[in-house]
Amino acid sequence: MCVAGNRREMEHGSLNDPSKATFSFVDEDHTLANSVRFCLNQDPRVSVCGYSIPHPSDARVNIRIQTTGEPAREVLKDGCQNLMLMCQHVRGTLDKAVTDFRMNNPTKMETKSDSEMET
Amino acid sequence: MNEKENKGGNNDEPNKKFSIWDLPDVPMGQLPPHLQLQKTRVVCKADAPIHTDNISYSGAYASIGVDNSVHLDLFRDNFKVNVIRLTKEDMEFDMIGIDPALANAFRRILISEVPTMAIEKVLIAYNTSVVQDEVLAHRLGLVPLKADPRLFEYLSANDTPNEKNTIVFKLHATCKRGERRTVYSEELKWLPKGSELIKEAGQADSKPTTYTSFTCSQDMLPEFSEDPISPSEDKIILAKLGSKQEIELEAHAVKGLGKTHAKWSPVATAWYRMLPEVLLLEDVEDEVAEELVRRCPDKVFDIEDIGHGKKRATVARPRDCRLCRECVRGEGWEERVELRRVKDHFIFTVESTGVLPPEVLFTEAVKILEEKCERVISELS
Repeated sequence: MCVAGNRREMEHGSLNDPSKATFSFVDEDHTLANSVRFCLNQDPRVSVCGYSIPHPSDARVNIRIQTTGEPAREVLKDGCQNLMLMCQHVRGTLDKAVTDFRMNNPTKMETKSDSEMET
Repeated sequence: MNEKENKGGNNDEPNKKFSIWDLPDVPMGQLPPHLQLQKTRVVCKADAPIHTDNISYSGAYASIGVDNSVHLDLFRDNFKVNVIRLTKEDMEFDMIGIDPALANAFRRILISEVPTMAIEKVLIAYNTSVVQDEVLAHRLGLVPLKADPRLFEYLSANDTPNEKNTIVFKLHATCKRGERRTVYSEELKWLPKGSELIKEAGQADSKPTTYTSFTCSQDMLPEFSEDPISPSEDKIILAKLGSKQEIELEAHAVKGLGKTHAKWSPVATAWYRMLPEVLLLEDVEDEVAEELVRRCPDKVFDIEDIGHGKKRATVARPRDCRLCRECVRGEGWEERVELRRVKDHFIFTVESTGVLPPEVLFTEAVKILEEKCERVISELS
């Protein structure tokens, strides 16, 4: 899982200009990279955003961000934060929908109620 | 508001400035309908789909003055979930207002990154059946176990197996002389007190140790005292025994991810599809309507009578369309029927193997994506 001690992520290319950078994540793949890229694209401060996987055998993802002036690191952090908030909202909406469904269709359910309480 | 110079069109006054928004019938701040179609629908033509990419860039329509950025509040207002079917084993639900990047992320996490318990080490004491040791061990690994993986920890190479990271099962099956029998997964007996096989001790006088060191019995925990750990299906065939053959083994299950080996995947599978939309571009009547209804194997179309003995085809069940494209194959049919997919409406199906109920599995998958983001944020800070 996590490698203790090593920084898993590196920021390249932002020596002179903090608004353009490439972030290299280890142990990540399309799952996180595509979702983060989507969240970043919707941010109006981002002018270019994309990701690439240099080699499929290597679990490494490069995310390139160019902004309209703000440091790329901050924009990436905000993008990840937005993604987290979206996930929390998805979870909450799904839980509510499942509860509503169970209330409207009580006869079909035989699951124990305690399995639903753990979130 | 942008102004377009109408250089080419108006020959009388070549320098007249012309703004598209001054026309009375163009709504302000919205996309023209053909761009709206391109942004929200995939059109499935007879040979290949078009408009398949997602235009998520916030400045995509900047030249016509439309802001394509989506703020979190807009997402929260538009996002809906409808549960269609929910049983102990599978679930079908609709997610509306989400992007394919997120839907695919959830699907990928469900298949490979939600942890489960599965048998990893098999200590075989006696095996005289026709099923070889390694084949039997492989089959045991694939048996889904009904144990909540959130109550266990990972076992790494230098940890000792104890009650927090290992589940121990025993299998002892014999076959009487002159008979044949099948060994089912219900014969896997859970040993809550740990391993019973004694390790061969180096020195003769040291205390006999087993292969695990449980400090307390696992059925003392409240979750397991009423609901003992067992395989989630009873009638999985493990092996077949002939006359006087015997299998005696002990199996240790640990926590793992589907990424490492498919036996740790908690879903039989999980998939999504986009909501189909079927449009009849012109009135389809009489024999053509009959042929259309005959062509579709999923019964998407229906006939209705419109009086005077004339019939017309209507779209009755667009949701059942599986995109076989029979209705647009052939001469002239593409002008009559258009197949579309709604880009932000996903019909998700999750089939659980029995480890956890499907709605809990999906919630865990969403939590795992959140944890990944948190890890990234903490690395960046």
